[in-house]
Amino acid sequence: MTALIFFILILASCLSAPLYANWAGVNPFTSTLDATIMLDGKQTAVMEQSTEGLGLGYNPIGPTWQLGNYFLGADNQGRDVMARLLYGGWTSIIIASGATILTLLFATVLGLTAGFFGGVTDMILSRILDILWAFPVYLLAISLSIVMIAHGIDIGPFTIESGSLWLPVFIIGVIYIPYVARPIRGQVLSLRESEFVLAAISLGVPSHRILFRDILPNVTTTLIVFVPLMMALNMLTESALSFLSIGVQPPDASWGTIIQDGQGLLYSRPWVALAPGIAIVITVLALNVLGDGLRDALDPRSKVKLGRG
Amino acid sequence: MFLAIIQRLWQMLFVMFGISVLVFLIFFATPGADPASRIAGRGASAEILEAVRKSFGLDQPIYVQYFTMMKKIFITGDLTSFVNRGWKVVPAVLDTIPVTISLVMGAAILWVVFSMIIGTVAAATKDSWLDRSLMILGLIGISMPVFWLGEVMNLVTQSRFHDTWMFSWVPPLGYKNFTDGPKAWFLTLVIPWFTLAILYIGLYGRVLRANLIEAMQEDFVRTARAKGLSETRILLRHALRTSLISFVTLFGLDFGALVGGSALLTEVVFNLHGIGKLTYDALLNLDLPIIMTTVIFASFFVVMANALVDVLYIVLDPRVRKA
Amino acid sequence: MLEVRDLRVSFSSEQGLMRAIDGVSFTVGEGEILGLVGESGSGKTVSLLAVMGLINDPNAVIEGSIKFKGRELVGMPNAEMRKLRGREIAMIFQDPMTALTPVYTIGWQIAEQILQHQNISKSAARQKAIDLLAEVNIPNPADAIDRYPHQLSGGMRQRAVIAMALSCNPSLLVADEPTTALDVTVQAQILDLVRKLQRNHKSAVVFITHDMGVIAEIADRVMVMYGGRIVERGLRNELFLNPKHPYTKALLDSIPPLEGEKPKRLRAISGSPPSLLNRPTGCCFGPRCVFRFDACSAQPELGKLEHSAACFLEGAR
Repeated sequence: MTALIFFILILASCLSAPLYANWAGVNPFTSTLDATIMLDGKQTAVMEQSTEGLGLGYNPIGPTWQLGNYFLGADNQGRDVMARLLYGGWTSIIIASGATILTLLFATVLGLTAGFFGGVTDMILSRILDILWAFPVYLLAISLSIVMIAHGIDIGPFTIESGSLWLPVFIIGVIYIPYVARPIRGQVLSLRESEFVLAAISLGVPSHRILFRDILPNVTTTLIVFVPLMMALNMLTESALSFLSIGVQPPDASWGTIIQDGQGLLYSRPWVALAPGIAIVITVLALNVLGDGLRDALDPRSKVKLGRG
Repeated sequence: MFLAIIQRLWQMLFVMFGISVLVFLIFFATPGADPASRIAGRGASAEILEAVRKSFGLDQPIYVQYFTMMKKIFITGDLTSFVNRGWKVVPAVLDTIPVTISLVMGAAILWVVFSMIIGTVAAATKDSWLDRSLMILGLIGISMPVFWLGEVMNLVTQSRFHDTWMFSWVPPLGYKNFTDGPKAWFLTLVIPWFTLAILYIGLYGRVLRANLIEAMQEDFVRTARAKGLSETRILLRHALRTSLISFVTLFGLDFGALVGGSALLTEVVFNLHGIGKLTYDALLNLDLPIIMTTVIFASFFVVMANALVDVLYIVLDPRVRKA
Repeated sequence: MLEVRDLRVSFSSEQGLMRAIDGVSFTVGEGEILGLVGESGSGKTVSLLAVMGLINDPNAVIEGSIKFKGRELVGMPNAEMRKLRGREIAMIFQDPMTALTPVYTIGWQIAEQILQHQNISKSAARQKAIDLLAEVNIPNPADAIDRYPHQLSGGMRQRAVIAMALSCNPSLLVADEPTTALDVTVQAQILDLVRKLQRNHKSAVVFITHDMGVIAEIADRVMVMYGGRIVERGLRNELFLNPKHPYTKALLDSIPPLEGEKPKRLRAISGSPPSLLNRPTGCCFGPRCVFRFDACSAQPELGKLEHSAACFLEGAR
């Protein structure tokens, strides 16, 4: 319960990102190398001339710990890290949720078809899932990303521009399909053999009716338990892909891209990388706790076991 | 038994073939993804594109390209880089394997030992404050992005506390060959080992605890109690031994996945030139043959690890064994 | 040898205090077979688990006294209890399919118990395990010893469990419905086996079952439990020929007679067993009893006689 409240708080603060940026008077998506702020009554440059070595380059300002005033300091383009953190959080959550919906949708369709119709359909679908399953997730994600990040995808009426946020949603959504589809298929298989379904079949109830009235409601519990766990997993995957610069593309920000921005500043301005990481840990932790709670409440025999990532 | 193994091998080959086709299709046949324009760079003229296609054999039918590629990877081993022409890809990939294995092996030992201790202690002290705090720590471990944890580790051991007695022993980032000195090899890998292991310690600790608690409810545990065995012996010899079956399955899959590239993030953060780092570098300059080769090698490793797990499973669980 | 006096076991649950055993007293003499009958939930298993010290639910409260060879078992530290368990008191469980650890051979599991209690070498323990398997009529014991539980049939597994229970020559053997999960033909073999072994090892046996037929075949003395109390006890023949408690009588009426005219319909006991959460005041069989009268709102006590029933009508009929 606490976890849910926590997650909603995080969600709300990320939603308020534009408000924060407006209030602080910063634009988190353009570089502002010559901005100045008032600090302790003094006009201070956000990007200070470097004093080390030849004096070339700039040092972004560190955390001021004053809300609305470069609270967490600036990144190497003079952008307010706090504002970017809030915007980035929204992006991360959107991608995680979008990918979750996509995964669950496809996995349910695949799992239901394979499990319910069996036979050749099941064999073909299961083999495809086997192949996807054997593929290391990050490598699959990387392969898909590199191909798509530059050109977008274009399959029939379905087009995603390169650089669009929907691209990581699509990629992350696809790679985790077997993780959900396999357990769903297993569950459908056992439901199909259960007495109430056999009874319905012998009574001549049409199969689509059995599928939607008898089997789907039973699978739904499993799906609900999967939601927070998949969200958590997707969140981590998104940040990893963005960290490898094949996830969210600039100028958009996500927690993963901010960590990457902070990598170069790690030893001088560690907060740029620390803050989004802490944000990820807290959010994912809240989701995992939520998932555990949901599982205990809805699925006491723990059919859902998710862990590989 | 023999038949089952043959069947398993056949299945393994099928999955390997499927993966190679899938990888090939992703890189060379995705709509809108023209490898020639990758090589030639953005805004290259039509003539240059045509020349590039001819030179790299990209003008041939797709299945011919697939077979040429596979032949070059597996039979002749003379696939060369697109970016750095003449640089042979297969030996480059083979060179990285010891690095990745060193990293993953060490981490695996850590996570098996620690998660077994944590899982068993937590299960033995079920619902106590110790159990609760161990489980919360485990959950935090699961919730941390590994690359970020690596950066924090670097921040602490390379910069902020590097000059204190605690971390002054930490060498600069990078990999040292085992043959050049086991001590240097060991020291460079300690921090990466822990970084990589933390996620799995949390994960396995939690899974093992749940399995143990489930096993302690079984009838055979009651029999063991009726035999007059001590609680410790029951927990370790009966419950833990039975729970190990699923533990080993999980371990095999994760170990395979890590050697097969999931350690990529750790390798990048700690600048270890393993198979993942090679992939990452190729990623930055879009060197398709390298990426293809690493991905194929990596997934084959995963498939083989899975097959190995099945064999191990037969050894561990007498119920699967056929008399 | 075993003397149980006024044993009470209760579990605190969210719905309130659950009295599983409500004042049970009985004795088991050397080498006798005591049959304990009752339907599910009557407390027959729980009372013997209490004797074994195997109730490890943190919410359980055990009161009363259990004396085994003069030693008090209630409140005995677990470490000391462990030395008795398996050596002096052994137990056979209901379901042989799940009672053995699946990943070890049966020989290993028998030897484990022997080595726990006796200071002998591993090879001696193994030899002893083979002898035990032969004694329980498992064919090819030297070969069967290296079998895993799943490789044996249910009857064979139960024999292995019995061999294990007898491995340290216990003076008391508790058999908790050892035949319920087995086929009828196998049941008879196991019963014969238990009787034979009881004679050879001179162990006392407490045989728990819900099957009057099994009791008739094996027990010297019988105790009938209902709702966590003993409602009747007596020598087998007396109890079967002359049941004193309406519940015992009803139980016997629910078995088809072997001789004479068969009734058109077997009589079932109407109603259902009392809830352990709020048991009726007075005689707990009262609500289902056809002979119920005013006095039954008080608790009837078991008499002191060898054969007696906890019923106010005992002397009257």
